[in-house]
Amino acid sequence: MKLSKVFYDGLVKENPIFVQLIGMCSVLAVTTSVMNGLAMGLAVTGVLVGSNVVISLFRKVIPDKIRIPAFIVVIATFVTIVEMFMKAYTQDLYNALGIFIPLIVVNCIILARAEAFASKNGVVASAVDGLGMGVGYTLALLILSALREILGAGSIFDIQLFGPSFEPALIFIMPPGAFILLGILIGIFNSLRKKKSATDA
Amino acid sequence: MNILTILVSTVFVNNFVLARFLGICPFLGVSNKIETATGMSIAVTFVVTLSSIITYVIQVAILDVLGLQYLQTIVFILVIAALVQFVEMVIKKTSPTLYEALGVYLPLITTNCVVLGVAILNIQEGFNLIETIFNSIGASIGFGIALILISGIREQLEPVDVPEALEGFPIALITAGLMSIAFLGFNGLV
Repeated sequence: MKLSKVFYDGLVKENPIFVQLIGMCSVLAVTTSVMNGLAMGLAVTGVLVGSNVVISLFRKVIPDKIRIPAFIVVIATFVTIVEMFMKAYTQDLYNALGIFIPLIVVNCIILARAEAFASKNGVVASAVDGLGMGVGYTLALLILSALREILGAGSIFDIQLFGPSFEPALIFIMPPGAFILLGILIGIFNSLRKKKSATDA
Repeated sequence: MNILTILVSTVFVNNFVLARFLGICPFLGVSNKIETATGMSIAVTFVVTLSSIITYVIQVAILDVLGLQYLQTIVFILVIAALVQFVEMVIKKTSPTLYEALGVYLPLITTNCVVLGVAILNIQEGFNLIETIFNSIGASIGFGIALILISGIREQLEPVDVPEALEGFPIALITAGLMSIAFLGFNGLV
């Protein structure tokens, strides 16, 4: 299996948010600003790569029957590491993301990759798969958070884009905006994919 | 904090699904029919309440005493996973009818972030045991209300001619957004 293909699958073809539609909670919750979205994306990518590597290393040792609890312990360990790291070095982001950092444990993307990929493939391929999925997830977060911040606050990375006469549509920073924008984005992604498969055929 | 305030706040104002974004996966995954949505809500209420009592006791009696707060995430998720398994076995043995109604939803609950989310929030907010119980009940009622409401809407949406690209998930998300706007109306209630 070519590594570039593994990476591309995670990034585009099987993008966890737009195609597989998993791990929605954190996506909707933390995308109020681009900074938060980026931080969450990097945190999840870190956990994904770490847990994929460790699970792939131990895939022959872990008994099949208790593999899910074993995976969860590995994942929870990495989440705790990320949590402590963020608490120590990026206090503001840690406060902004709040409960959604420990909740990375129950993010289905990570367990899904452990079960579907890392437990069946070698260490390098698993690391690349984790990276691809993580970057795909981060990309989705960036798109959504950029749209929300521009529409809802008129800024990006806290830099004001428009003049003082700009009246931001607050609703996009609030929860409803997240639901509606993500729905529209997935719709756009769907129709793009359909067009592409129609031209391929 | 007043118990009534906690209940109203968790059910309506800070609705776990529509305002806090916890439990989106089952919210979109099992909301096709009112019947399954009801079953899921009951199962969640049961597990959430039980697990937050247990995790609260573990936090106060073990983690705080030994200074092991950093193990919170690992311990809580293991407790929840074990509890769900245990509840499943007990229900299977004692009440086959209940098992038939809830059985399929129970395994799904482990990865439902409402359960872990409520457990952690209870500790963060510094609730005592009574407040913890009511916060958990309120959270799961809020989850149930949102789930049953959207499944009702989605049943009505079925015969409607939705643009092809928006079928399924996207239209459910947009519907949830409109519901979330409605729930914003509860702001300032508490």
